[in-house]
Amino acid sequence: MSEVVKTRTSAGPAAAGKESVGREFVKAYRIMLTARVLEEKLAALYRAGKIKGGVFLGRGQEALSVSVGINLRRGDIFAPLIRDQAGRMAFGDTILDTLRTYLGSSLGSMRGRDGNIHRGRPREGYYAMISHLGAMIPAVAGGLLARRFRGENGVVGATCLGDGGTSTGAFHEGLNAAAVEKLPLVVVVANNQYAYSTPNTRQFACADLVDKAAGYGVAGHKVDATDLANCLEVVGGAIAAARAGGGPQLIVGDLLRLVGHGEHDPATYIDPELRKKNIGRDCLAVAGALIVEKGWATEADLAAWRSEAKAEVNTTANRVQREPEPDPAEEDWCAISTRELEDDFA
Amino acid sequence: MSITYLDAIREAQRKALADDPNVFIYGQDVGNFGGAFKATEGLAQQFPGRVLDSPLSEDAIMGMAIGAAIEGARPIVEMQFADFSTCGLNQIINHAATLYYRTGVNCPLVVRLPSGGTPGGGPFHSQSMEALYAHYPGLFVLTPATVEDAYSMLLGAVEIEDPVIFCEHKFLYNHLKAEGLPSEAMPIGKARIARPGRDATIVTYSAMLHESLAAAEEIAADGFEIEVVDLRSVKPLDTDTILASVARTGRLLCVSEAFPWGGVSAEVIARVTAEGFGLLDAAPQRLNAKDTPVPYHPALWGTHRPTASAVASAMRQLLKG
Repeated sequence: MSEVVKTRTSAGPAAAGKESVGREFVKAYRIMLTARVLEEKLAALYRAGKIKGGVFLGRGQEALSVSVGINLRRGDIFAPLIRDQAGRMAFGDTILDTLRTYLGSSLGSMRGRDGNIHRGRPREGYYAMISHLGAMIPAVAGGLLARRFRGENGVVGATCLGDGGTSTGAFHEGLNAAAVEKLPLVVVVANNQYAYSTPNTRQFACADLVDKAAGYGVAGHKVDATDLANCLEVVGGAIAAARAGGGPQLIVGDLLRLVGHGEHDPATYIDPELRKKNIGRDCLAVAGALIVEKGWATEADLAAWRSEAKAEVNTTANRVQREPEPDPAEEDWCAISTRELEDDFA
Repeated sequence: MSITYLDAIREAQRKALADDPNVFIYGQDVGNFGGAFKATEGLAQQFPGRVLDSPLSEDAIMGMAIGAAIEGARPIVEMQFADFSTCGLNQIINHAATLYYRTGVNCPLVVRLPSGGTPGGGPFHSQSMEALYAHYPGLFVLTPATVEDAYSMLLGAVEIEDPVIFCEHKFLYNHLKAEGLPSEAMPIGKARIARPGRDATIVTYSAMLHESLAAAEEIAADGFEIEVVDLRSVKPLDTDTILASVARTGRLLCVSEAFPWGGVSAEVIARVTAEGFGLLDAAPQRLNAKDTPVPYHPALWGTHRPTASAVASAMRQLLKG
């Protein structure tokens, strides 16, 4: 029997001390803020024609995303998707490597061979997404299976996708296979109401995406993804449950994408009424207001943190723009690691 | 002791499991049941927890194998039939095949594809997928035609640090026998002169090797010596051995069981034409299956695929040219 946990309050974990709750919340907020500031820079660089290819932002999804990354540990596996700048940074990705990948620096982890959100360091448990939605679910499951073979306990693998991704065969196959193996997999769905331009009404017919959990025999969790406190509690709880041997966990967070699908998309299709609802709130603003209300920091602190993040982002962007592009003459143009067996007829 | 092609595949997996604790097998019915063709019979019992039945989910099977490979495991995936690998195509060509180039992290996994036609197999249990996979950068595509190669090349495939598509031919599973398992092997990536000759070259692979050898034998009665080259692997493709053979004979017929558009036979002829045009005494020819789905009825199937007599007929035409 799967269990759907519906937690909608912002009380925070009752067991944790007040002070540690505040510290974790502020830490998460500052990562969200850095991700937001970095993405604002990416958008500006895109408009200036400095970034080739797409720019895909996670504006409005930072609270849910950061809650995933911040609850994972070194040695866990994380396969983020396109709107997970905050979660990526919480898991250890950097401003530097983000900019290098977007700007195509040869010094970045992808060396110009792949770009923007398709970055990762798989050896460090940070898997590099492919564009085909749902595909990372079985990949993370397979990583966890290998860890189990090696006798590693207490490892968690998490991956994120959107409402549209739940319609793919890969989502179904991956979640089902992970459930059969009872793997410590956490699948986080950011239901941002639109898959590119397609609204939920044209995407699925179940009352709520979390209802799918029962069909797979996995635990289901709902979260108000505009509320960082709720996200930290629910996502933290699900990750802890997976770590403790509770099998796969499906988390569905409701929110609204506050930007276009990519920066090329003015998103005129978004129903303006949705912006007035709870899901239309900006999670960063909501979290900032709570910090001030709780007395964990002042408005001035928040402004200073933003300036600090902006300065680091700008300095790093200036540095990366002076770095070398990949050189086709230096590229080895070999897709296999067993080079002595390369098919060298060209 | 007589060993079949299928036995060789099972024994290679047994040895791989015994030699390397990172190897595991994942696929439909591969566990206690031993696989639809019995290629894993007894292995789940001998290696508990390392030969796992999967759900009927080719995409998830491949995704799981990729994740496991990233973490240092060495998965062997059995697709129940090569035909069904299309349901896992995305993970194979877009994920496994791109991983090393994109991230610098290699992806050592083997996908076993029970391939090719058998009488009564029909459109969805008979296909030859090697050209499809060879088209994509980042994959090895092996096509063993002998018991010895089925054994040694599968063991070699498990040791390769990149994704390997292992096309094993179902028609050969129980038909083909050898005296025992080989103690030494030709390296992967080298083609083999299966029959030496001087008047024309047949380049072929997998089950078509045996049709081609029978055709060469038939034509020998007419006084022609036909050289038969067994490619063994279609990617990498041993262009040097093919060109050396054409240099000796001046004539080339390429035989494949796959569909005619593009494919391995087209690639071989393109390479020989580009690199060895001056070696040719006649226009190079190719013989493939027909450009229809593989038909169910044995009478139709026997004409859809090249047979020894069809190969002999094509060769006689070539020798006239």
